[in-house]
Amino acid sequence: MAEHAETETGERDQRVRFYQVGSHVVGNRLLDPEQRTVQARMDRSNTLTSGHRACRGCGEALGARYVLDAAMRASEGKLVAANATGCLEVFSTPFPESSWQLPWIHSLFGNAPAVASGVAAALRAKGREDVRVVGQGGDGGTVDIGFGCLSGMFERNDDVLYVCYDNEAYMNTGVQRSGATPPAARTANTKPIGEHPGNAFGQGKDMPRIAMAHGIPYVATATVSEPHDLERKVETAIGLRGARYIHVFVPCPLGWGAEPRDTIKLARLVKETGLFPVFEAIDGEVTGVSKIRRRTPVEEYLRPQRRYAHLFGEHPRPDIVERLQAIADRNIREYGLFGDGSEEEVGW
Amino acid sequence: MLRQAEGSAAVAETVALCRPEVVCAYPISPQTHIVEGLSDLVRAGTLEHCEYMMVESEFAAMSVCIGASAAGARPYTATASQGLLYMAEALYNASGLGLPIVMTVANRAIGAPINIWNDHSDAMSQRDSGWLQLYAETNQEAVDLHVQAFRIAEQLSLPVMVCMDGFILTHAYERVDMPTRSQVDSFLPPFEPRQVLDPADPMTIGAMVGPEAFAEVKYLAHAKQMQALDVIPAVAEEFESAFGRPSGGLVRGYRADDAETIVVALGSVLGTIEDSVDAMREEGVSIGALAIKSFRPFPLEEVRAALAGAKRVVVLEKALAVGVGGIVAANVRMALSGLQVHGYTVIAGLGGRAITGPSLQRLFADAVADRLEPLSFLDMDWGRVEAELQRMADGGRSGPHAENILREVGIVAGGSH
Amino acid sequence: MSAKPYAITLDVGSSLANKTGSWREERAVYVDRMPPCNDACPAGENIQAWLYEAEEGEGGYERAWRKLVEDNPLPAVMGRVCYHPCETACNRGQLDEAVGIHSVERFLGDEAIKRGWQLERGAEPSGKRVLVVGAGPSGLSAAYHLTRLGHAVTIRDAGPMAGGMMRFGIPRYRLPRDVLEAEIQRILDLGVELELNHKVEDVLEAMREGGFDAAFLAVGAHIGRRAYVPAGEAERIVDAVSLLEGLEEGEKPLLGRRVAVYGGGDTAMDAARTARRLGATDAVVIYRRTRERMPAHDFEVAEAEEEGVMMRWLSTVKHFEDGKLLLERMELDEGGFPQPTGETEELEADSLVLALGQEADLSLLDGVPGIEVADGVVEVGPNMMTGHAGVFAGGDMVPAERTVTVGVGHGKRAARHIDAWLRGDEHEPPLRHELAGFDLLNTWYYSEAPRAEQPRLEAVRRASSFDEVVGGLDESNALFEARRCLSCGNCFSCDNCYGVCPDNAVIKLGAPGERYEIDLDFCKGCGLCVAECPCGAIEMVPEET
Repeated sequence: MAEHAETETGERDQRVRFYQVGSHVVGNRLLDPEQRTVQARMDRSNTLTSGHRACRGCGEALGARYVLDAAMRASEGKLVAANATGCLEVFSTPFPESSWQLPWIHSLFGNAPAVASGVAAALRAKGREDVRVVGQGGDGGTVDIGFGCLSGMFERNDDVLYVCYDNEAYMNTGVQRSGATPPAARTANTKPIGEHPGNAFGQGKDMPRIAMAHGIPYVATATVSEPHDLERKVETAIGLRGARYIHVFVPCPLGWGAEPRDTIKLARLVKETGLFPVFEAIDGEVTGVSKIRRRTPVEEYLRPQRRYAHLFGEHPRPDIVERLQAIADRNIREYGLFGDGSEEEVGW
Repeated sequence: MLRQAEGSAAVAETVALCRPEVVCAYPISPQTHIVEGLSDLVRAGTLEHCEYMMVESEFAAMSVCIGASAAGARPYTATASQGLLYMAEALYNASGLGLPIVMTVANRAIGAPINIWNDHSDAMSQRDSGWLQLYAETNQEAVDLHVQAFRIAEQLSLPVMVCMDGFILTHAYERVDMPTRSQVDSFLPPFEPRQVLDPADPMTIGAMVGPEAFAEVKYLAHAKQMQALDVIPAVAEEFESAFGRPSGGLVRGYRADDAETIVVALGSVLGTIEDSVDAMREEGVSIGALAIKSFRPFPLEEVRAALAGAKRVVVLEKALAVGVGGIVAANVRMALSGLQVHGYTVIAGLGGRAITGPSLQRLFADAVADRLEPLSFLDMDWGRVEAELQRMADGGRSGPHAENILREVGIVAGGSH
Repeated sequence: MSAKPYAITLDVGSSLANKTGSWREERAVYVDRMPPCNDACPAGENIQAWLYEAEEGEGGYERAWRKLVEDNPLPAVMGRVCYHPCETACNRGQLDEAVGIHSVERFLGDEAIKRGWQLERGAEPSGKRVLVVGAGPSGLSAAYHLTRLGHAVTIRDAGPMAGGMMRFGIPRYRLPRDVLEAEIQRILDLGVELELNHKVEDVLEAMREGGFDAAFLAVGAHIGRRAYVPAGEAERIVDAVSLLEGLEEGEKPLLGRRVAVYGGGDTAMDAARTARRLGATDAVVIYRRTRERMPAHDFEVAEAEEEGVMMRWLSTVKHFEDGKLLLERMELDEGGFPQPTGETEELEADSLVLALGQEADLSLLDGVPGIEVADGVVEVGPNMMTGHAGVFAGGDMVPAERTVTVGVGHGKRAARHIDAWLRGDEHEPPLRHELAGFDLLNTWYYSEAPRAEQPRLEAVRRASSFDEVVGGLDESNALFEARRCLSCGNCFSCDNCYGVCPDNAVIKLGAPGERYEIDLDFCKGCGLCVAECPCGAIEMVPEET
């Protein structure tokens, strides 16, 4: 999205100012404090606090804090979360320690959207609609086992913001393929064995589009590499009523065979390649896309991840890389991810 | 207030009097009329401050109840059969989290073969889910048990299933003394949750517990059910004094005090059993009956006390533990541990097979004469069973039993597949 | 806890008891690195630091200027005449274009003049007196720094006006004299005594006579180097230094319509461009090598060409007779040296300006014991002291690149050593941090921002006037340009580390500028903060076992 721009009036002509790192960074002292992210604030709620047992460089831990801190701020601290089973749940709440700093419930793997709906229904019955409800889970809990409950929650337009932290496989159980695993990726049950190494090419479950097909008020995608964009979307979502869905791309160093320090880089690259379109949709229609700033070939995104190592090893598979590039190119065409946005690319 | 009412409608109205704040509805026979009734009551404004949630599955129904209960609301749902199985995972979760949810189970068989009629297979399959299970003998009791169930659940912070026989009770029109709003309001105080998802006092509900504490947590669940053995009769007693009629409790004996033979059963079949007992008593047979009202927790002491003077016990149950036999019987046996009592297990009424007075009287007569096998099946068509067993023994590929039997009966036409 | 169900319900935030810092194999450590601009600045300016202040806009300009003049008292001059090696080194050059450091410096310098910001004296008076010989950049710089260090300074200059090469070597179209004079005056206002038209003939004598405790010599290199060019009696041959000096002193040199300039340095360009302004229709620079090998800076050549100056590469002047120059074509050998080819050609010229370099007049050191002179310049130690104790030297008269900025740097360095020497001490320059190379940056975070270009006088007007060619940036453009700084190697409070830590193990200490700390109780050592620090101000170091 466009950088925060401030128009100054006065004796000088109206003009837009340049802010060195603009809104690409978390803070930026040159911006008005209100324009910095929630993550830049000393009083951010650290909704997921220290001491959790996520792996080094965990994208999901980061994404959850980004989302919930923003939601906490937008709801003035009146927030309840229902969490699906998965890494996020396991690393945050092993007895006797919890890393959460909000009312939080974990029930099952496949029912987080329904539990959230139940919480929302209870709050409405009690006239406590000032308290907002977030359901959250990983991609397995969302696009696979929790799909039915999520679809029901959407269809009924329950007053829940559901957030999927997508790391593209079942990480908690040892990196098995999910309905969100991308083609060609190696997982514990899509190993690079045989003629078609890695996960099969196919449609996968494009959960954001599926959410949009329900016609719910708000759907957005985001990554952990752009907290401004992510927080704005969370804030927008909290400001709306009814079923809302945010799909956050969160790299998993362990499951992807990537360096822990590359978590944000990979989240950045997946967007810059076009493999993961970052957009938002209101009432089922795409209303905004986050443009690619530095268009990047998919190979640059794939190479640092061992789950794609079989595409580049001794027996490289440029044909498969090409097919992945074609997916990215199609996304770029379909969503208009590149170009026609010079004003954004200049960074004013 | 006496009324002629369908069981489901009476239950729906009673549940509404209990002021549930979230009602989850998913259609499955034979509980459907209950949630339909509640829909009408919510739409008509009779039931206020209640969210009526038309969920997409029983799994979601129970999950919504879990969320609602954890958020401090009083939830309610109803299901049966496959629906109960489909929510099984959530049942364990609700009890594990100690959430006081009340659910009606309109008892029905479990497939395959798919069958919509009454037996107790569904509820029995969830006997170890951590829920309390109360069984209604009549629609009056079904109505009364719901009022009690909310009290018991919330007092113990445990979920309660009220089991009522599908069709036999749910769809039967009987005269029911309906509780009044003021009666229920004074009997059932507003829900004070033991723990609640509240931004003013945040907590983490549903931690992951490892070997270091898991057994203790499970024992504590057991201990709570043991406490229920005190709470259930106390609530029943209080109910009786408030509403002027006995209902619920742990067990109820019928002409059992001096009986040499006691028939043990759950649910609506007790009516037919008691008629048979009366008929046989007329003939001088020393026979009585024991209704188990609370199957979970299982009232070992009360059952033992009731049966200790008998020579023989016949457990008649509407579920079959395939591979072993009786479920209730095994529990009764545990209650009689160390006593010299003849025990007979009779499986009856599976998939809606009618349990008739004459059949029962024949059965009881055999029991009294000690002519019964330890495990027997009421009104089983052995001819068909034998034929199928023979066919299986003859051929290598047996195919599905159900289809074969139905073909035998002539319901399904013979085909090439 | 007691009211809550055992084990399955937990207190919020209780994981703070779990110190995940024990997982760590490496730890993140905040560092300060040497930005390439600072590293490259001959005047030792802390460029990044003053840009940081300027980035704040209106409220930061004066702080920026004050930070700047801690090292260099001539920002308005410097922003115009410095060849800005800082910009050559600037990491942003590898991203898009280098930050226009000089244009921001000039803006700050001009703001200071406009708003009348004054320099401040620093230390208490020391009671020591220092003689500075030469009022050029080096001498003025030394005088300024010595004054701030508490010493009484007298500058003596042989010329009629202060400024040295800034005045006599740099044409006013590059450095307007009001700017120069304002910055000199501001130094003098600190209490520096200036004695013009006072040539020091014998430095030791002058020190004795004046009761000076030390001397800093910065007489420059004002003597144009002559080369023998066979020429007819009537041919006009002048040297570039004399030409520019004379012009400054009010002379109107008669060069004619066709002027040839022999040489390839910046002075050659200045001479040719001056000739154009004096009315020459043809101004031709003759140089024996190629453009790539020309010592003149690119922008000087480019501006000269814009103004119609022509270039004759790979040529030498054989002789000058009858208004005609005989040129010989050269070619470069393998080593890049020009070799004669024997081919010649003629070029009509009314005058020939020699711009072949300058030499220093070192006569004031004649007979001073310990002085060593080599290649026409005075040898000095790392502390800028000559072989004679108490006599220091800098600028064009010592071995170094001859630029205003180098001179200013010498003045500062010498002042610090003189100060130490006067106190019987030795000045220890601070350790230099490790260089903040481009590879340490995460350039993703910097906004796209093409360099703000300074306005330029139209070429037509340049040929007829000595008006300043390159204009200054207006406030908004200067601010923009300052904010293009990448802050290489030093935290600029972007909050990225604080934000990107999945373990909340970065503690934000306060408002911008107060920086951060790693919470070692929880830092797992993932390195995300290091990877996502835009400016390379954090590094991973192995955990001690």
